[in-house]
Amino acid sequence: MRPLLRAAAIGWLLLSAAAFPAVAEPPFITVASTTSTEESGLFGYLLPAFTKETGIDVRVVAVGTGQALKIGERGDCDVVFVHDRPAELAFVEHGFGIDRREVMYNDFVLIGPASDPAHVDGGTDIVAALRKIADAKAPFVARGDDSGTSKAELRFWKEAGLDPRTIGAGWYRDTGSGMGPTLNTAAAMEGYTLSDRGTWLNFKNRQNLKIVVQGDRRLLNQYGVMLVNPARYPSVKQDLGYKFINWLTSPTGQTTIADFKINGEQLFFPDAKPATG
Amino acid sequence: MHGIADALVAAWQLILSGNSTLLGIVFLSLGVSLTAVLFASCIGLPLGAALATTRFPGRNAAVLTVNALMGLPPVVVGLVVYLALSRSGPLGSLGLLFTPGAMVIAQVVLATPIVAAVARQIVEDLWREYAELYLFDGVSRVRTICSLLWLGRFSLTTAVLAGAGRAVAEVGAILIVGGNIAGVTRTMTTAIALETSRGDLALALGLGIILLALIFLINGTAHFAGRAVKRVAP
Repeated sequence: MRPLLRAAAIGWLLLSAAAFPAVAEPPFITVASTTSTEESGLFGYLLPAFTKETGIDVRVVAVGTGQALKIGERGDCDVVFVHDRPAELAFVEHGFGIDRREVMYNDFVLIGPASDPAHVDGGTDIVAALRKIADAKAPFVARGDDSGTSKAELRFWKEAGLDPRTIGAGWYRDTGSGMGPTLNTAAAMEGYTLSDRGTWLNFKNRQNLKIVVQGDRRLLNQYGVMLVNPARYPSVKQDLGYKFINWLTSPTGQTTIADFKINGEQLFFPDAKPATG
Repeated sequence: MHGIADALVAAWQLILSGNSTLLGIVFLSLGVSLTAVLFASCIGLPLGAALATTRFPGRNAAVLTVNALMGLPPVVVGLVVYLALSRSGPLGSLGLLFTPGAMVIAQVVLATPIVAAVARQIVEDLWREYAELYLFDGVSRVRTICSLLWLGRFSLTTAVLAGAGRAVAEVGAILIVGGNIAGVTRTMTTAIALETSRGDLALALGLGIILLALIFLINGTAHFAGRAVKRVAP
């Protein structure tokens, strides 16, 4: 028994050493961000460039915009990087965040099955397309998770003068999940869904889905970055956080964002304004 | 069915490539879960043995509670541990949220009731057999518990393995308290969840096959180690 016990103890120690490196960690910040930036592959391309230049590691917790803002509200991250302007402005106004800066935009696209039961393929008017889907009672798969995409989708329904939660029985499916799982569901149900372009381009399980509506100006999707208020939470790494925000909005950061492409297609369009004051 | 064939190919390619990211994820999964099981066993085994050998008012309620806690929903445990470790929570100053330490805590909470409940059952059977002996000799309670745990060590492996299975396989709790941060808190199960979101079902299932193989390896090691020891010292 003894040698076996000793072997087990040594094995466990080695494993823990591998799992929890005790060596001095490089400085890092925690960023709460959205699934669209992570799942599209942008962070995989962008963050190594930042780390190489500054030596700062970026730990990304990728969740929906609503949850990311919540993590910031509780002081559990240093920087929030999301896409829902009204919610971001409220976040700053309530004193949870400071120095919001716009970073980039991309766009939403309406995804639908190739069979296109609502006859919306090729359109450029998102609101008209939603009306047609409602008329046809074609399956529509919604995020329903308080994410930026979910809020944008609900805004478009409102513009169409429809409330899918009251008229949608039988065809409007609220999945309460992230963009990827929602696309998985849409693929399985042959349904329509609103997606950000980045996640769609990087999504592998498309089956019969394709882009049916794009190019509407209302589909533009603005991303903003802000520091969690250090006056509220002293644990916030203010200096490192600012380095990240300043780098994202600097010419280098902006060029790196523009350089990120999938199949030759640019996904995010930098639009940071030059720093003022 | 071609989905499963794709997954097998993906799993095999991952293993062959000796991918360092994959190795990191595997080590983190094992490190976190085995650490959690170590703590869960240190708490659960004595607790189970104590419940088995002691008579006190409310004992039935205590046994029922431990048994019921085996069904703790991981996502609820994750949420409670998250609220406790959050900067706005009571343990916020520790700065443990979104670290492997937070994942260990959540898994200890999940695995301990399982270890305790199974241990109680095993030790209770032994106690029924030997109670008179211990009572006659006037052995102290602590020594009785230690002695019974040693006596039942081979059967108690099952209790520990059940706890390990729960820890290494769950995703709901560690996704919330770990945050699935690449290279820091991304384990086998959270990586599978992520690849499923990305729609890369073959890679997700491939990772699942590797995880299953690891669980087999852990159980096999425990099984054969137990047999080897039994043969040397029956």
